[in-house]
Amino acid sequence: MAYPEKSILVLVDVDPSGDAASSTAALLGAASTIGAPVALVVGGSQAATDAAAAAGAQVVLTAAGDASSLTVPVVDALQAAYRQVQPDAVLISNSIAGRDVAGRFAVREKLALAVDVVGVSRDDEGVTAQHSVYGGSYLTDSAPTFGAPVITVRQGAVDARAEAVASPVVEELSVTASGAAAATAGEIAAEAKTSSRPELRGATRVVSGGRGLGSKEKFVLVEQLADALGAAVGASRAAVDAGYIPYAHQVGQTGVSVSPQLYVALGISGAIQHRAGMQTAKTIVAINKDGDAPIFDVADFGIVGDVFTVVPQLIEALEARKK
Amino acid sequence: MKIYVLVKEVPDTYGDRKLDLETGLADRAAGEVVLDEITERALEVALSYADKNPGTEVVSLSMAPASATASVRRSLAIGAGSAVHVVDEELRGADLTLTAEVLAAAIRRGEPDLVITGNLSTDGVGGVIPAMLAEHLGYAQATALSAVEIGEGQLTGTRAGDAGAQDVTVPLPAVISITEALPDARFPNFKGIMAAKKKPLEVLSLADLGVSADPAVAPRTIMTSVAEKPARAAGVKITDEGDAAAQLVEFLAQNRLV
Ligand SMILES: Cc1cc2nc3c(=O)[nH]c(=O)nc-3n(C[C@H](O)[C@H](O)[C@H](O)COP(=O)(O)OP(=O)(O)OC[C@H]3O[C@@H](n4cnc5c(N)ncnc54)[C@H](O)[C@@H]3O)c2cc1C
Ligand SMILES: Nc1ncnc2c1ncn2[C@@H]1O[C@H](COP(=O)(O)O)[C@@H](O)[C@H]1O
Repeated sequence: MAYPEKSILVLVDVDPSGDAASSTAALLGAASTIGAPVALVVGGSQAATDAAAAAGAQVVLTAAGDASSLTVPVVDALQAAYRQVQPDAVLISNSIAGRDVAGRFAVREKLALAVDVVGVSRDDEGVTAQHSVYGGSYLTDSAPTFGAPVITVRQGAVDARAEAVASPVVEELSVTASGAAAATAGEIAAEAKTSSRPELRGATRVVSGGRGLGSKEKFVLVEQLADALGAAVGASRAAVDAGYIPYAHQVGQTGVSVSPQLYVALGISGAIQHRAGMQTAKTIVAINKDGDAPIFDVADFGIVGDVFTVVPQLIEALEARKK
Repeated sequence: MKIYVLVKEVPDTYGDRKLDLETGLADRAAGEVVLDEITERALEVALSYADKNPGTEVVSLSMAPASATASVRRSLAIGAGSAVHVVDEELRGADLTLTAEVLAAAIRRGEPDLVITGNLSTDGVGGVIPAMLAEHLGYAQATALSAVEIGEGQLTGTRAGDAGAQDVTVPLPAVISITEALPDARFPNFKGIMAAKKKPLEVLSLADLGVSADPAVAPRTIMTSVAEKPARAAGVKITDEGDAAAQLVEFLAQNRLV
């Protein structure tokens, strides 16, 4: 079949239940700003196909995949889709799974690779990407010297959304397995989700806790304030290392990078590696009992005080306002 | 068992990290450089296996400027048996594609059973090199491992993936990447530092590896512009005297955040 002109091939991340991952809308949104979005869904349910169309895919290609085999089946499907569609760029989520596919695919098809981008655009010569580096201290642009680029998009970084496509073309892709050696993977022990609380990546409000919370039991205070503000929960590496909360909540250099409207740091010293993941937040609030803590250097509103005194009062005041 | 560990020198995240606004490259003179902590942890995974399995060969591999010799030596002092350092003027500003091609060529010469890398580097935060290497080498791959058990002909581990943890089994030869959940590296002691001076450190060029950096050969990603963002300024700082919570609510309300 014929594909739209200026096709942008988007690999939709599929979660263990077969649904399209939450990164889908931003990926297709980004694609729609530089061309015509064509989605590839590997191992997804009908719901994933529907979600891709709702997020703006004009064409949805599907492939069966094999969840018991890591990465390779998805790369094989992406290669088949790429050859068929011949897009101007390939967009993939900068998730762990997405990065693995992007790396292998770029090598296999000898394409330029740009990772962890926060925006895409198009000029006369093709698709370019924007990056936020060294913890948001610099903004850079990159472009491929030639050919279609493979681009991984930072989760939560792109605001553009595409219009829903009411009747997309859905096509089952025929994939020839490469036979490349692969790891076998067991069931995913999904982290119990608190459905009402927003996801950390891309959240507009984040409340994070650090070692200052003192114990896993007392870390609940962070969650309570997050709920009062309708915010996602983050943490410093020290809090993760101490077992207060799983790694998925770590904000910083080697964790998640967030750029929310509001970031509240509780009992976090503000080490440079933590700041690297949150200093692009619009408004930063910090509560720390050490007035010299470096977090105050980047805070718009800092309170030198004890989190166990201030935060309960804060939650009470916020609840009172709601009434 | 022969294990290659990929170690990388990076600007120390505790210091000032700068990009040269002319070239877009890391300004190596701006601050201290260190071995990326995650790559030291990768080395520890190999060394703790070698402790229990005599005859294990641990080789550290790095692609870095000539100035990184001290960091490569550090990997020997920590305990690698030998090191390979790829240095070439033409690698200045190498993108991910060229970096992966070079590292893969260096690994191919050694034919290891296992390649261990960090999951993300603190400077590039690309997190794609391990997968790129696996594709180049035709090895199986398992990334983001928070637990690793090296066995006969295969490796098992726990992958800390996007949606949760899962058990994985990888046939060897393989490329794995590990997360910071694994233990910190042992500290190089005096004996290790002295021994490191005598351990083999092979320096290789692009020509030695038969890799071309010619931009016409393969597409590359180039930086087309660099801009520095102004640093954040500190705002209001108050000391809690009983009404800090109320003042914060007021601040949030004024900024339409509640
Ligand atoms: C390569 C590398 C990567 C790293 N990556 C990350 C990363 O991604 N994310 C990250 O966060 N860190 C990272 N780190 C670690 C970082 O350097 C810090 O060690 C860490 O951020 C400290 O966490 P913290 O602020 O919770 O702990 P601490 O530095 O111990 O600070 C705790 C703070 O709590 C305050 N406090 C204590 N009790 C109270 C109370 N009752 N009320 C109010 N305040 C209180 C104290 O005054 C103190 O300032 C990395 C380090 C390295 C070397
Ligand atoms: N230049 C390099 N030399 C040696 N190892 C590297 C180099 N670049 C990346 N690596 C390895 O690949 C891992 C992931 O790096 P990256 O993909 O750059 O985030 C690092 O933790 C290193 O183990």
